[in-house]
Amino acid sequence: MRRLRDLLVAVLALLLARLARRRGRRTRSERIVAPANGSTRGETAAAALLFAAALCAAAFVVVYGFDRLGDQTQLLGLALGLAFAFLAAALITIGKLLVAVEEQEDEYPEPAHPDDQEAIDQIARESAAPITRKKLLTTAGAAAGGALVAAAITPALSLGPWTDTSSLYRTPWRRGRGLVDGDGRPLAADDIGESFYTAYPEGASHDELGAPLVVVRLDPAALELPAERVDWAPEGIVAYSKICTHAACAVSLYRKPKFRPTQPRPALVCPCHYSTFDPARAAAVIFGPAGRPLPQLPVVIGPARELQAGGNLSGPVGPSFSGVRDRPANS
Amino acid sequence: MIRRAVQFIDERSGAAPFLRKALRYVFPDHWSFLLGEVALYAFVVLVATGVYLTLFFEPSLADTTYNGVYEPLRGTTMSEAYKSVIDISFEVKAGLLIRQTHHWAANVFVAAIVLHLLRVFFTGAFRKPRELTWLVGLAMLMLTLPEGYLGYSMVDDLLSGMGLAIGYAVALSLPVIGDNFALGIWGAPYPGDPAFESRMYITHVLILPVAIGTLLALHLTLIASRHHTQFRRRPPQNERKILGLPTFPAQAPRSLGLFCAVAAVLFLLGGLVQINPVWQWGPYDLAQSTNGAQPDWYLGWLIGALRLVPGFEPVIGDYTPVPNPFWGGALFPLVVFAVLALFPWLERRMTGEHGFHNLLDRPRDAPGRTAVGAALFAWVFLVFFAGSADRAYVFLGLSYEAQLWVYRGLIWVVPPIVFFVTRRVCRELQRSEAIERERIRAEGEATQVWTESAIRSGR
Repeated sequence: MRRLRDLLVAVLALLLARLARRRGRRTRSERIVAPANGSTRGETAAAALLFAAALCAAAFVVVYGFDRLGDQTQLLGLALGLAFAFLAAALITIGKLLVAVEEQEDEYPEPAHPDDQEAIDQIARESAAPITRKKLLTTAGAAAGGALVAAAITPALSLGPWTDTSSLYRTPWRRGRGLVDGDGRPLAADDIGESFYTAYPEGASHDELGAPLVVVRLDPAALELPAERVDWAPEGIVAYSKICTHAACAVSLYRKPKFRPTQPRPALVCPCHYSTFDPARAAAVIFGPAGRPLPQLPVVIGPARELQAGGNLSGPVGPSFSGVRDRPANS
Repeated sequence: MIRRAVQFIDERSGAAPFLRKALRYVFPDHWSFLLGEVALYAFVVLVATGVYLTLFFEPSLADTTYNGVYEPLRGTTMSEAYKSVIDISFEVKAGLLIRQTHHWAANVFVAAIVLHLLRVFFTGAFRKPRELTWLVGLAMLMLTLPEGYLGYSMVDDLLSGMGLAIGYAVALSLPVIGDNFALGIWGAPYPGDPAFESRMYITHVLILPVAIGTLLALHLTLIASRHHTQFRRRPPQNERKILGLPTFPAQAPRSLGLFCAVAAVLFLLGGLVQINPVWQWGPYDLAQSTNGAQPDWYLGWLIGALRLVPGFEPVIGDYTPVPNPFWGGALFPLVVFAVLALFPWLERRMTGEHGFHNLLDRPRDAPGRTAVGAALFAWVFLVFFAGSADRAYVFLGLSYEAQLWVYRGLIWVVPPIVFFVTRRVCRELQRSEAIERERIRAEGEATQVWTESAIRSGR
């Protein structure tokens, strides 16, 4: 009997304690979020904007559904853009009118934790204490790490010929190779008029830097080529690599004066950075950033008046690199 | 409902204390603090639209003949890469919208980062304890430039080919190692090994975005762990207290609203304003180039620098120690980024200021820093504008060569002038504020004296 009573009392006490705890939890004392006024109009506006966003997003799906529709891209962009715009407006309405926007104050975090810093240092020191030959182990560790890194990056050597740079000097031009136009038709001396022509090597790829040439006809009397190149321009026809020696763009502009002598002299111009070359003077740079003249190709007029290369270009084609002046161009 | 979800998560992760703190994390309020967020949201749009584009883009330089719906290019030989972009533009439904939005987002992304950088610089937000945040941000900017460049380069249209040729020339121009470096990356002399397209692709869609995303996470973590900076307000704040709106409920709808606004602008631009109509440029042919070609705006300063350098190439014997494109294409951006990266330490050395700073300066509060920044950015902007001299020639008829010589002079003259003028303006503003404060104090005292004497005289 007594034991039963004790048990009942204990159960009751437990229950009461539990209830009390629950009640305590329910009646959390102060608020965390500051009370906001709310706004019925704000709610209406936010709901309307959200519905508008839904409508626009649905319109996107509908527009997408059409198979042949003029201005479909514009309509799709408009629908999706407006859907996001309405959503943005709804969210900003909520942020401005419906929720508490009271400024809170907070502490900046501790600028530093000296105790922890000290502890970390201590852990490191005490852990390393048993090791007596630190230098030996550091050296061995560095060797292992360094060698492994080297091994890990070695496969990257397969990416390209990192050491063999001979390809930079190679061009498809050699003595006797014909000049053809973009469609592979041979170019004859009489095809070269007052304009500006692009020529390629006959029977070779057109898609490498050494291939394309610019060919122009100048007044032979106006040519001022170096002594060793005097026979490189028969009838005043000169040929240069079309690839700019500054940044590898195609030199595709030709400035040709119509009113001598008021206009500047003829020039080949690259449209990327406006390097300007003088075709009458072995493509010397007369303006712009290029550091070398365009390589020149000796031109020969064959028996049927077709244009041929009299040799390779006067130097490697394309932009400069540290060894660009080391070696001549080769085939 | 919420209680039970929270309980579930907390019991399995112990995240409740962290979440509670995060919900009440305090954001100081100022419009200029949103610029970084704009960049973040543009990045989100970039990733989403970019993933969609990879579902259709074919990173291959294999030749193919175009037979699609775009009449002017029918029968043209082109690469699979270029063809797939034309197909995205004309045959994939919503493809053009997503492609243009992606391109616009890239431009907005870099612009927002640069404006954010200017804000952080001129308010001194980079100072201790936030130097790491500054460096991580700069690293992200440095990665976004090649990221954007590769994005439009791997399309293999005429314009992208011209850009790549310039990139190749800059790689080749690195002193001593340029030839090895360029051949290593390209695999062969330009236009390079066909595998170069795959290399660009994986770099653009995986390596750089993951790097940017990782740095972004680090940037945000560092910000949260040191908290935001804030402007000084009246009554004077101290360096220990931060005042602002809590994440929830005040900041969250604003920030999400900003995300939606950014997405809205980008999709409206993508749908309504044409950008990079690649079908007009035609396939790349290394023997062709167009006049008036301009890169995306964030590479304009490099084009300007490449054009401004006069045509010299020093030679020792037969050796060319520094090929020309190195100056404008590599050294110039490296100098600008190096100055920015080292600036927190340079400033500390110049001012001898080593303390913690949670309160921001107004530009006038630090005349030296503001003047250095203004001079540096004036220099970069001048070079940037020099890159548009050819457009000024076309539209205004100004001689290109004359303009270039003017710019070549201005870039040396203008930055020092900007430096001294800015410093003077800042000091004058400070002085006039000091006078104003003095006036208010004196007037207050006078009123007080008058009131006291009035009381004493019994009036």
